[in-house]
Amino acid sequence: MSKWDVFYEQLITQGGYKDVLLGLRNTLVIAVCGLLIGIFIGTVIACVQVAGKRNKIAKGFSIAGTVYTAVFRGTPIIVQLLIFHYILFQNINIDGLLEAIIVFGLNSGAYVAEIMRGGIESVDAGQLEAGRTLGMSYITAMIKIVFPQAIKNVIPTLGNELIALTKDTSVAGYVATMDLTRAFRLIASAKYEYMVPYLMLALCYFIIILIMTVVIRLIERRLKKSEKR
Amino acid sequence: MKNAKKKTAKHNRNKNEKFFKTETTPAEPFDPNALIEVQHLTKKYGALTVFEDVSAKISTGEKIAIIGPSGSGKSTFLRCLNVLEDPTDGHVFFKGNNLCNLKVDINIQRRKMGMVFQSFNLFNNMNVLKNITLAPVHVGLQDLHKIRRKNLFIKLKNLFRKKDKQELIKIEKSAKEIRSEAKANAIRLLERIGLADKANVYPSTLSGGQRQRIAIVRALAMNPEVMLFDEPTSALDPEMVGEVLSLIKELANEGMTMVIVTHEMGFAREVATRVMFMADGKIAEEGTPEQIFGNPQNDRLKDFLSKVL
Repeated sequence: MSKWDVFYEQLITQGGYKDVLLGLRNTLVIAVCGLLIGIFIGTVIACVQVAGKRNKIAKGFSIAGTVYTAVFRGTPIIVQLLIFHYILFQNINIDGLLEAIIVFGLNSGAYVAEIMRGGIESVDAGQLEAGRTLGMSYITAMIKIVFPQAIKNVIPTLGNELIALTKDTSVAGYVATMDLTRAFRLIASAKYEYMVPYLMLALCYFIIILIMTVVIRLIERRLKKSEKR
Repeated sequence: MKNAKKKTAKHNRNKNEKFFKTETTPAEPFDPNALIEVQHLTKKYGALTVFEDVSAKISTGEKIAIIGPSGSGKSTFLRCLNVLEDPTDGHVFFKGNNLCNLKVDINIQRRKMGMVFQSFNLFNNMNVLKNITLAPVHVGLQDLHKIRRKNLFIKLKNLFRKKDKQELIKIEKSAKEIRSEAKANAIRLLERIGLADKANVYPSTLSGGQRQRIAIVRALAMNPEVMLFDEPTSALDPEMVGEVLSLIKELANEGMTMVIVTHEMGFAREVATRVMFMADGKIAEEGTPEQIFGNPQNDRLKDFLSKVL
């Protein structure tokens, strides 16, 4: 039996494709939901940090945000997964997928916070000033003028974050979640035949990320279009 | 140095009001004849004093040109007039309202003070029409919501009153009318500067002169009582300076009160009714253009004019 036949038998005849499809779904769900949670957390932290420069109350929250960012950026994602799985969620009966989404969301929140802060700060201070001189309050000027421009600036970096997150999900299998990597690992270890499954695994990730790149480009181009009319 | 910093923070409008009660020199009575009155204004960045103890009065209809060498605090002084820069000490009155008092709602006062920047600062994410209508629509809707809120309270109170029911505040314009009016006004302004065909383009496609003229009409759309120009032509190509200056001149002829920080001496001489020469952190000399340019007294001014003219 050739290597291909072994792989084919494991994938189709032995029902490995069910795991692969489930893993594919989980990988995408974890990455996308994780990024959405991350964007939410990150935006809140970034807003608080920007506001912290002029408001004492926000300053307190901004310090909390800085600590959060430091902790989640300073430890590997796999360590965070293990800590959440074996320590924090130990006594709570929680679905592995949900657990992975939470951990990946919290993790990407730390990165997105920095991305968003950079995006807001990259908008020329004159834009805010112009809004203020026209009689808008700080918050209105931020919402109507600065944020829309900041979002345009951060889309490419957020795309980067989505790609990185998608690849990071390959460690989600450590904590009772079926993901793409784990599905292929099961196929590979069934007959100790590694080459074809792992190359196919790499190909799968490559195609997913290729599709993501194209989608991000399209969104980016659409946003840029409005400026060049 | 530490002390100076603390004082800035006290006066900083952007800081939270609760933590920073202003404790500076009390304001002197306001002169009702002046549109803007500046009293003993001081601005420091840490140990660096930009200007100190500057007082001035600007009445309606005056065109003030502020000239002086770079770094003399002209722009900072102008930005202090609408508290874009928080003064370290002193007071700025606009129509009797002390802008340095945190209890005065600066956003309402700023509606009547237009400002034009050196770097145009058009909103890049909006087309020209939206740039001009954004603030009038926002302000109009804000007032509308305020009236609606008040009416709601009046209605609630009326529920408990048997007689003497309070009348509702009349709503003059609906949201739709505010929007359409702002749009009509913007188009009228654009036609005036001959850029009506650019209403739907984005600022990045316009030339510097066009952007600056749009920035001027954006400020005009709020019907300001005073216009502050912060070196409006310094970032422009020489051939575009003319179109911007002629628009400003036109406004001046219509009787708009304006304060212009400029390096265009010919323009200052032609348009201004009063010229202020700022140097070394104070207004070194001030007077009519004839006095300043024809018969300068101050040595610094003589030196400055010999260099630029």
